[in-house]
Amino acid sequence: MIKVVRGFYAVAYAVKLCKPDVICAYPITPQTEIVENLAEMYANGELERCSYITAESEFEAASILVGASATGARTFTATCSQGLILMAEVLLNAAGMRLPILIVNTNRALSAPLSIWNDLQDSLLLRDAGIIQMYVENNQEVHELIPQAYKIAEKVMFPFMICMDGFKLTHAYEPIDLLDQEFVDSFLPEYDPPIKLTTKNPLTFGSYAPPHCYMEFRYRMHNDMLKAKKVMEDVFKEWAEIRRDWGGLVEYKEGKTVLISMGSLVEIVKDVAEELNLGYLKIRAFRPFPYDEIRRILGDCENVIIFDRAISVGYEGVITIDVKNALYGCSPDVYSFIVGLGGRDVPKDLIVRCVEKVLDRKVKPGYYFEGLKEFEEVIY
Amino acid sequence: MRISLGAVSRPLESLKFKTGDWATRIPNVDEDKCIGCGECSMYCPEGCIELVRIDIKKVARVDYDYCKGCGICNYVCPAEAISIVEKVIK
Amino acid sequence: MFFAKGHGACPGCALPIAVRNVLEALDGKCFVVNPTGCLEIISSQYGRSAWGVPYIHSLFENAPAVASGIANALKVLGREDEGHVVVFAGDGATSDIGVGYLSSMLHRNDNVLYICLDNEAYQNTGNQQSSQTPLGASTTTTPAGRILPGKTLRRKDMIAFALAHGTPYVASASVAFPRDIRRKAKRAVEFEGSKYIHIHCPCVTGWGFDSSDTIKVAKLAYETALFPIVEFEYGVLVRVKKIKKRKPVEEYLKIQRRFRHLFRHPEGLKIIKEIQRIADENAERYGLDV
Repeated sequence: MIKVVRGFYAVAYAVKLCKPDVICAYPITPQTEIVENLAEMYANGELERCSYITAESEFEAASILVGASATGARTFTATCSQGLILMAEVLLNAAGMRLPILIVNTNRALSAPLSIWNDLQDSLLLRDAGIIQMYVENNQEVHELIPQAYKIAEKVMFPFMICMDGFKLTHAYEPIDLLDQEFVDSFLPEYDPPIKLTTKNPLTFGSYAPPHCYMEFRYRMHNDMLKAKKVMEDVFKEWAEIRRDWGGLVEYKEGKTVLISMGSLVEIVKDVAEELNLGYLKIRAFRPFPYDEIRRILGDCENVIIFDRAISVGYEGVITIDVKNALYGCSPDVYSFIVGLGGRDVPKDLIVRCVEKVLDRKVKPGYYFEGLKEFEEVIY
Repeated sequence: MRISLGAVSRPLESLKFKTGDWATRIPNVDEDKCIGCGECSMYCPEGCIELVRIDIKKVARVDYDYCKGCGICNYVCPAEAISIVEKVIK
Repeated sequence: MFFAKGHGACPGCALPIAVRNVLEALDGKCFVVNPTGCLEIISSQYGRSAWGVPYIHSLFENAPAVASGIANALKVLGREDEGHVVVFAGDGATSDIGVGYLSSMLHRNDNVLYICLDNEAYQNTGNQQSSQTPLGASTTTTPAGRILPGKTLRRKDMIAFALAHGTPYVASASVAFPRDIRRKAKRAVEFEGSKYIHIHCPCVTGWGFDSSDTIKVAKLAYETALFPIVEFEYGVLVRVKKIKKRKPVEEYLKIQRRFRHLFRHPEGLKIIKEIQRIADENAERYGLDV
C-alpha cells in the first residue's frame, strides 16, 4: 500500500510490524515524532504484547532495554546527538554483553554549539563501540531496513543502529510503499535468544574479566563483528529476492572517478555522478566496515572524492580516515570535502563545484571544508 | 579457556575456590553444648555452617574448606558452644 | 544453592549475610540485578560466579533501570511467575550516582524489590565517602586531618526519598536481625509495584573493627538509634523496632577506627554531641524509645 507519509511515520510503522516487546522512549529533536507515533499506536492498542515505557533520560531508556533484551524481549528505541552520546556508556555495555537492541539514530550535530540540525558526527563518534551501523538514503530504505535489522541483529547478537538524517529524512514527506504484517511475519521469526535471564537456566550476565581473559572477549567480539558481514549480505540477498534489492554493504557504480557519500546526501551525489558520467559509492554499512569492497571497487580508480559530514577535530573527516586506510597501498588520489555540518545546506551545485575542482586539477589530494562563509575571529 | 558470548558465566562456579585457606583462626563447635538453634548458620557470611543430625538432635557443622575464620559464629551463638582457636597449618 | 561459598568477600563481611537471607526468604525465585560495587566484584568474576539465581550486572548507576526493563519484559512475555526482580545495590550506586534512576523506577512503580546494602561509603574502591557516610566518619576522601574532622555532612534520608515517590513498601533493616530481613523480604513481595528496603551492613575493612564484631556493630547502630529500623506500608509507619534501653552514641563510635579521631580531635566533642542529637532526633521521629 503506497501512502504519503513523513519519515518518522515510516519508521514507527515498520517497528510496529516487527512486533517489539519493549519500547523505551525519551524525546529529542528530531527523533521525537518517531516515539510519539509509537505511543499513539500503543494507546490505540495497535501494539499487541508490548510495553511502552517513558524513560527519564536516554541513558535510562537504553538501560531499561538492556534489562529487557537480556530477559529475551525484542527492543526498540530512537535517539540522536546528545541523547546518543548520553546513552553511549550503556550501548558499549550492551555491545559487550551482545544484546541485539535496535536503535534508530536520526543524525544530528553535536553540542557545543548546540544544534538540532543534521550532520553525521553523533553516530560516527560510536564507530568503535561494537555496534552495527547502517546509513539510509531515503525513507523507503529505512522502512524496509527495520525488519532486516532485527533479523541480522538477533542472529549475530550485536546492537544495531540505523542512521537516518535528521529533518532531511525524518520530516520529509515521501510516498512510501508500506510493508504489510503478513510479509513481515513470514520474513522475521520471533526473537529466541540462545541465552537469556531465566530461572530455568540461572546464568550470570555481565561478569567482570581480569587481564587473563578480557582480551579474548574483545577478540571474539571483533571476530564476530567481521563474521556478521556474511550474515548481513545473506539477509540483504534474501530481502532482494522477495522484495527489493538495496545492494550489499555498499551500493556502487564503477568509474575512473568515484564519489563517496553516506546518508541522504547519496541521492544528490548519485544525480551528479549520473550527469557527469562518473562512478559513485554509497556506503550503507559503516560498521562492520566494507574494507574488502572498497579496496576491490576503488583500488584501481584514479580519483576518489569523499563527501564527509563529520570531522575528527584535530585530524580530518571521519569517513575519509576510514576509507583512506582501506585504500592504503592502492593508487587513487583521495580528495575529501567536508560539507553540511550542523545542517548547512549541500545543494547540487556545491557537489558539482567540488567535483570540477578535482577534475580540473585545481586542488591537490587532501581535505577541504566546502561551503564555508567569510568570517572574522573574535573573542566576543 | 572458555570464552562465552558476552562474558556470561555459569552458576555456582565459585565453589571451585576453597577460601578456607584464608583463615588464620577457626571455630570449634562443642557438639554437646550445641543446641542446634541455627543462629550461626543464619549469620555465617560464607554460608558454610550446616545443621546436621546426630542421634536425636541437630548440631552445627562447619565446612572448613570455605571458612574464613571471621568469628561471627562465636559472637552469635546463644549457647556459647563455639570457640575460636588458632588454625594449625600443616 | 542460591549464593554459593567460595566468594571473595572479606572475612566478616555483612553483604553476603543480607543477600543469603533475602534469597532464602524468597526461595531463590529471583532475578538479581546488581550494579558495580563490592557485592558484584566478590561474586561475579568470569568463571567464578557465586550466584545460583539468574543475575545481571550492567553498569554502576543503572541497576534500577535494568530492573525496570526486566520487570516489564517478564510482564509482556507472560513470565512474571518465574520470579521476583530484586536489586542488590550499594549505597554509592543507590544514593549517589544512581539516585536519578532510582527516582524514575520508583516513579513508574515498576514491580521491583530494590534493596540497598548500605556499608556507608564506596567500599569497593577503598572507603571513599558517599552520601550515606555518616557525620564525623573518616573516609579517604573525607579524612580526619589536623583541621578537618572527617565528614561534615549528614546522611541523605533514603527512606524519606522512597516515601516521597509514594512507594508502597519502604523499610529499613539490619544484618543484626536476619529474621527481620527475611520477614521484610517476604512481606515486600506481597505488594504490587516498587518496594524499597535499606539494609545496614557494617564493613570490617572500611569501618575498622574485628571481623567477629560485625553483628555487634550492627546491633549498636540500632541500639543507639543511629540506624532506625522502621517499616512503612502505603506511606504509613506500621512498625518500628523499639529500643529497650538506648545506648549513648560513644559506645558505637569508639569501637570503629573511622570514628576514633573524634575522641582526640579538637572538633571531636562537638561532633559527638551533634551525632547524639541526630540519634535523639531519630528516636523522637520514629518513637523508638520504649
